[in-house]
Amino acid sequence: MVSIWFFIGISLAVNGALILAAGIYQLIDPPVNPGIVLFQLHANVWWGAALLVFGLIYCFKFAPKRQS
Amino acid sequence: MTPMLATVVPARLVHLSPIDIAIVVFYFALVLSIGWYLRGRAKTGEDFFMAGREMTAWVAGLSFLSANLGALELMGWAGSAYQYGILATHWYWIGAIPAMLFLALVMMPFYYISKTHSVPGYLKLRFGEPSRALSAVSFAFMTVLMSGVNMFAMAKVMQIVLGWDINFSIWVSSLTVAIYVTLGGLRSAIFNEVLQFFLIWAGALLIPILGLYEAGGWTNLKVLIAQRASEQYVHLWSGLGSFTTNPMGIHWTGIVFGLGAIISMGYWTTDFLVVQRILAAKDIRSAEMAPIIGAGFKMMVPFIVILPGLLGLAVLPEKLVPESVAAVTGGHSYNDVLPLMLARYCGPGLLGLGVTALIAGFMSGMAGNVSAFTTVWTYDIYRPFINSKGSDHHYVNMGRWTTIIGVLISVGTAYLVMQFASIMDYVQALFSFFIAPLFGTVVLGMLWKRATGPGGFWGLLCGTLSSISMWTWVKLDPSALRYVALSSNAKGLAQDMYQALWSFVVCVTVTVVVSLATKPIADSQLTGLVYGLTEIPAVGDVPLYQKPLFWAAVVVVVFFILNIIFW
Repeated sequence: MVSIWFFIGISLAVNGALILAAGIYQLIDPPVNPGIVLFQLHANVWWGAALLVFGLIYCFKFAPKRQS
Repeated sequence: MTPMLATVVPARLVHLSPIDIAIVVFYFALVLSIGWYLRGRAKTGEDFFMAGREMTAWVAGLSFLSANLGALELMGWAGSAYQYGILATHWYWIGAIPAMLFLALVMMPFYYISKTHSVPGYLKLRFGEPSRALSAVSFAFMTVLMSGVNMFAMAKVMQIVLGWDINFSIWVSSLTVAIYVTLGGLRSAIFNEVLQFFLIWAGALLIPILGLYEAGGWTNLKVLIAQRASEQYVHLWSGLGSFTTNPMGIHWTGIVFGLGAIISMGYWTTDFLVVQRILAAKDIRSAEMAPIIGAGFKMMVPFIVILPGLLGLAVLPEKLVPESVAAVTGGHSYNDVLPLMLARYCGPGLLGLGVTALIAGFMSGMAGNVSAFTTVWTYDIYRPFINSKGSDHHYVNMGRWTTIIGVLISVGTAYLVMQFASIMDYVQALFSFFIAPLFGTVVLGMLWKRATGPGGFWGLLCGTLSSISMWTWVKLDPSALRYVALSSNAKGLAQDMYQALWSFVVCVTVTVVVSLATKPIADSQLTGLVYGLTEIPAVGDVPLYQKPLFWAAVVVVVFFILNIIFW
């Protein structure tokens, strides 16, 4: 059976990739009015990257082939 | 255990970008995929109702915690932190940790050894059919109604936060839950609860991190709160010497004896919604470790729930108000603080993740209610009282149909609440009537071999009736609160604490008196059910760091340190 941790890895990796992509887009083309506080910290870049890395580690460690 | 949430104020707080919507859609696709994948592993009763009893300590522990970590819980307690300050943390620490450890080390061995399918099932083994019938019917009825109340409240939150249509929120979320629980049973519910746990932390953890950065650290945050509210908002215990020296209007005896010793014990050790997750553990060590793991993470939850409420108090430019005021003025209420903080710091993508965390919290809470209802209905009502001769396959099919019917009743309740909002208050109050007396019955059953069947039944019934009587008395005559809560300065939350305490006392007293007046149960019939007559299996020859007792001690030490730091 596929491990629950593999599903969690997929979730974190996909969400991380989407958030990172949105962050990089805003880094390249900053909005005139970001509408949030602390925009200059670009939280979506580093938080998205962290989720992506964490998710990929889980996907790799708990991949169905490795588990079997 | 969840404060009331908004019922009015239709004003959208955040706007989702296409990438946010993609994240929400991906979540729905993933949970349905998990349900579809697990459909082939829910063919027997043990698989469908007990997840095959093969969950590891980590999966059972995170699921145990997640079943309680719903979206309404998060938003409601963040709002309470804004309103009452750090005192709201008591519901996460003294109002949870001792009870979780008590469940792990004292009660879980009896639940596990008896191989019961449910808490009412344990009562059947220990006290006989009448006690089971009373607790099963009350639990099934209340669980499905609570599910509907939560469904309506969440749909209302989605309307306020995102501007979504209430009907859309109710039907999309309930149909999704119905599909994945019907397909995969408890295993599917547990998998999605663990997924939700990670999503909540991933979606909510940024708020305290960025909030503390903006406020200038914890020390500066305390200064800001003292300026905008009161210094007492950041102290856990120092203001509890009197009803009048803290924002909650509560005394330390209510927190320690009402919340810590009774309400939380009742909820965390006898509410089948959470206990069911532990019963799915693969062995006795996992069953004991699971609540301890849950307790470890429970201690950290205030970081993503209470701290955002306190930060809102310090950094939000507008002053939040009670629901009743917000409904008139159109402003934001206390319960909006978490979405407001989310909108304050989270741009495209992060906002979608935060909203997904809220939706996931709601759906897994609903799945927890529905899966617990399904098990109790099938094993504790349908099988003993309606059809005791069905095959295992028949009961699994009954479980699948009950899941669908349970969801439909929840939807019906949600629409009923939409028409008559006051029902919400009554349903939440009704649920609390059963918790404290049930704890009295179960704990006496496990620890006192002289407790008899009639004693258990009459204790449970009288405890529940006493709770209903006190609630009705205060409802009809609000000044009666001074008798129930021992002070004319007591406020609403204090009533819950003392009402639970007195109903527990009534339950225990009646159980003891009736038991002593009735014929004792033979010891041979109590083996595996009562302390002193049960050989508790050892957790095995494992190193110290794998022993439940060791980790429980670690949790206790951290618990005391945290309470002293924030005294």
